[in-house]
Amino acid sequence: MIQLNSFLIISAIVFSLGLFTVIYKKNAVGILMGVELILNSVNLNFIAFSKYVDVHINGQLVAIFIIVLAAAEAAIALAIILNIYRDRANIDVTQLDEMKH
Amino acid sequence: MIQTALFIWLLPLAAFTIQILFGKRLPRKGDWVSITAIGISFVLAISLLIQALTHYDPEFVVTASIPWIDLGSFKINMGIYLDNLAIIMLMVVTTVSFLVHVYSLGYMKGETYYNRFYAYLSLFSFSMLGLILWDNLFGIYIMWELVGICSYLLIGFYFEKDSAANAGKKAFITNRVGDFGFLIGLLIVFTSLGTFNLSEINLGVSQGMLSGGLLTAAGILLFAGAIGKSAQFPLHVWLPDAMEGPTPVSALIHAATMVAAGVYLMARLSFMLSFDAMLVVAYVGGFTALFSATIAITQNDIKRVLAYSTISQLGYMIMAIGVGAYTAGFFHLVTHAMFKAGLFLASGSVIHAVHHSMDKIGEHGDPNDMRNMGGFKSKMPITYLVFLIFSLALSGIPFFSGFLSKDAILGGSLAFALAQHNPIHFLLPVFGFLAAAITAFYMFRLIIMTFYGEPKKPKLFEHIHESPKTMTIPLLTLAFLSLFFVYTIPSINPTTGEGGWFYHLIEKPVSAVSTQLGHAVYQMTEHAEHLAHVSGLMISIVLALAGILLAFAFYFWKKIDVEALTEKIKPLYLLSLNKYYIDEIYNATVIRGLLIWNDFLSWFDGAVIDGLVNSTAWIVRNFSVLDGLFDTYVVDGLVNGVGSAVSAFGKSLRKVQTGQIQNYVLGAVLGTAIIIILTMI
Repeated sequence: MIQLNSFLIISAIVFSLGLFTVIYKKNAVGILMGVELILNSVNLNFIAFSKYVDVHINGQLVAIFIIVLAAAEAAIALAIILNIYRDRANIDVTQLDEMKH
Repeated sequence: MIQTALFIWLLPLAAFTIQILFGKRLPRKGDWVSITAIGISFVLAISLLIQALTHYDPEFVVTASIPWIDLGSFKINMGIYLDNLAIIMLMVVTTVSFLVHVYSLGYMKGETYYNRFYAYLSLFSFSMLGLILWDNLFGIYIMWELVGICSYLLIGFYFEKDSAANAGKKAFITNRVGDFGFLIGLLIVFTSLGTFNLSEINLGVSQGMLSGGLLTAAGILLFAGAIGKSAQFPLHVWLPDAMEGPTPVSALIHAATMVAAGVYLMARLSFMLSFDAMLVVAYVGGFTALFSATIAITQNDIKRVLAYSTISQLGYMIMAIGVGAYTAGFFHLVTHAMFKAGLFLASGSVIHAVHHSMDKIGEHGDPNDMRNMGGFKSKMPITYLVFLIFSLALSGIPFFSGFLSKDAILGGSLAFALAQHNPIHFLLPVFGFLAAAITAFYMFRLIIMTFYGEPKKPKLFEHIHESPKTMTIPLLTLAFLSLFFVYTIPSINPTTGEGGWFYHLIEKPVSAVSTQLGHAVYQMTEHAEHLAHVSGLMISIVLALAGILLAFAFYFWKKIDVEALTEKIKPLYLLSLNKYYIDEIYNATVIRGLLIWNDFLSWFDGAVIDGLVNSTAWIVRNFSVLDGLFDTYVVDGLVNGVGSAVSAFGKSLRKVQTGQIQNYVLGAVLGTAIIIILTMI
C-alpha cells in the first residue's frame, strides 16, 4: 500500500517544477504549462487527502472542478497569448512591460 | 354716532386708496370717487349736527376706543372723542372740503395730474377729520403730520415750477420747527401723566400731577406746534409762499381747515393752559394779527393779500383762546373758514379768468397781480357779488358772520384787559382793534383794484368772462354761509351770536389748572365780557367803516395821492412791502448759520471722519499684504512641502513596478513563503 506521504512528496515535486517553470520560462506558453503543473499538483493533493483522510469524496469533486477550471483558464490564456502574438509576433513575457511605473 | 363719525372719517381714506391706485384708469380720472366720498361724509356730518342741535346739550361727549399699541406699561388706545366742538369742526371741514372738491371740477379741468389732485384732497380730508376726532394727543400728532404732508404735496402740486417746489419745502420745514415743540410738549405730558388721552390728561392736570413751570412749558411747547401750523409769528413765513399751490388748495388747506388746526388744538387743550402759557398765546396771537395785517396793505398779489389776511385772522383766534374767549375764538374759526375759503375760491375765479384771457391774447404774465386787473365788476357779476359779501364779513361789518365772531373776540380781549390789574394788557385789544381797521382797509383796496375803476389792460379785459357753474355754485353757497343769521338762529339779533345755536352748543371747558389765580382771572373775564361787549361793538364798527372809507378815499375817489404818500413814508412802505424783511432776516441768520454749520460739518466729515476711516483702511490693507506674504511662503510652503515629499517617496517606490510578470510571481511566492515560515515559528 502506498503511503500518503509518497503522494504528498510527488505533489510537492510537481508543484515546485511548475513554480520554477512559471518563474523561469520566458515563453508565455511555457508559463501556461507551469500553471497547469501547479494545478495538477494541487489536484493530486486533493485526491490523496480524499482517499486517506476523508470518508467522503469531496476532495475528488473539487479536483474535477479544478480540471474544468484549468481547461477554461487554458482556453482564455491561449486566446490572450494568440492576440499578443498577432500584435507583436513574439510571446516573450519579459518584453510585455508597457504597464510598468 | 360713533359709527357715523367713523364713516365720515374713513370714507375719504377709501376714496384716496381707490384714487391713488386706479385713478388714472377710471372714467373722468375718478374725480367722482373723491366727490362722492366727501359728499357722503358731508351729509353724515349734517346728520350729526342735527342730532347735536336737537339734543342741545353743551356737555355732550361720546367716546369709544380700542387698544392700539400695548407694550407692557406702554399703552395707547385709539379712539374717537366726539363732542360738540368736534361735531361743528367736522361740519366745517366737510362743508368746505366738499365745496372745494366741486369747485375744482371747473378750476382744475384739464390738469395733467388731475386724478392725483383729487387723491391728495381725499387724503387731506381724511387726515383733517382724524385730527378732529382722535381722542389722544399721540393720534392727533400723527394726523397733524399727515395734514402737513398733504399740505406739502399740494403746495408743490406744480412741482415742475421751482417756486412751487421750494414753497412746499419751506412750508414743511417751517412746520417742522413748530412740530418739534409739539413733540417735546407731548413727551412732557406723557412722562408726567403717562397717558396721551385727552380726558385722562384733564384728570391728571386737575389732580396736580403736572403743574407749575412744567405745565406752563408743556402748554407753550404744544402751542409751538400751533404756531407752526397756524402760521403765527415768527413761523408765519411759509403761508404766503404756500399760495404757489392751486387756489382750491389755498382755500381748503391754507385758509379754512389745516391752518385752523392749530386753533382747534389750542381749543382742545385750553383746559391745561396755565395763566402764563395763556398770556404767551394771547400775545403771540395779538401781535400776529396786527403784524401781518400791516403787511397785507402793500401786497400786489391777490392771493398774498388773502394769505396775510388769513395769518392775521388766525392771530385773532389764537388771541381769543389766550384771553379766555374760548367760544368766540372757535366761533371765529368757523365763520372765518366759510368766508375765507370763499375769498380764496373767488380770487381763484378771478385768476382763472385772467389766466385764460392771458392764454388767449398770448401774454405771459402773473395772473395773480392786481395791478393788471380793474373794472372786472361788469364782466364777473357773481364773483364780484360774493367777493363783496366775503370782504364785508371779513371786515367785520354788521349783518355778516365775521362781525359776530370778530366782535366777540375784540370784546373778549377788552374784557380781559379790563379784568387785569396790569394796564400793559390793554395792548391786546389795541392790537385787535388796529388790525380790524387795517383789515377793512386792505380788503377794500383789493376789491377796488380788482373790480372797480378802469381796466388797466384793455386787451386782457376783453377776454375776461364769468367762471363756470361748478365754480360759482360753491361760491354762492359759501356766501350764504357768511350771512349772520346762519349762526344766530333761532335769534335774529345781528349784533351778537350769543342767542344762537352756536353759543348753546359750545361752552368753555372748565380749566383743569389748579393755580387758583388763573381760574379767578378768567372768571372775572367772563363777567367783564358783557360790560366790554357794547363798547367793543361800537369801536369795531367805527374802525371797520373808517378802514373802508379810507380805502375808497385812497384808491377809488383818489382824494389822497397814494404815490405821494408812499414817497413820504417810503421806509415804512418798503418795510411792509418786503414783509418786514423777515425772510431776509431768516436767510441771514438761521439759514446762513445752518449753512455755515453744515460747511463745518462737511469739513469735519471730510477731514476727520474720512481721515479716520481712510487710515483704518490703510492699516488694514498693509496688514493684509503681510498676511498675504505669510500665506504664500509659510502656509503654502508647508502644503507644497508635504506634497513634494509624498511625490518623491512615490517616485522611489514606483521602481518596484517593473512590469515583468515573473518578478511579481516571484514576489508572491517569496511573500507566501515568508508568511508560512512565520506561522510555523
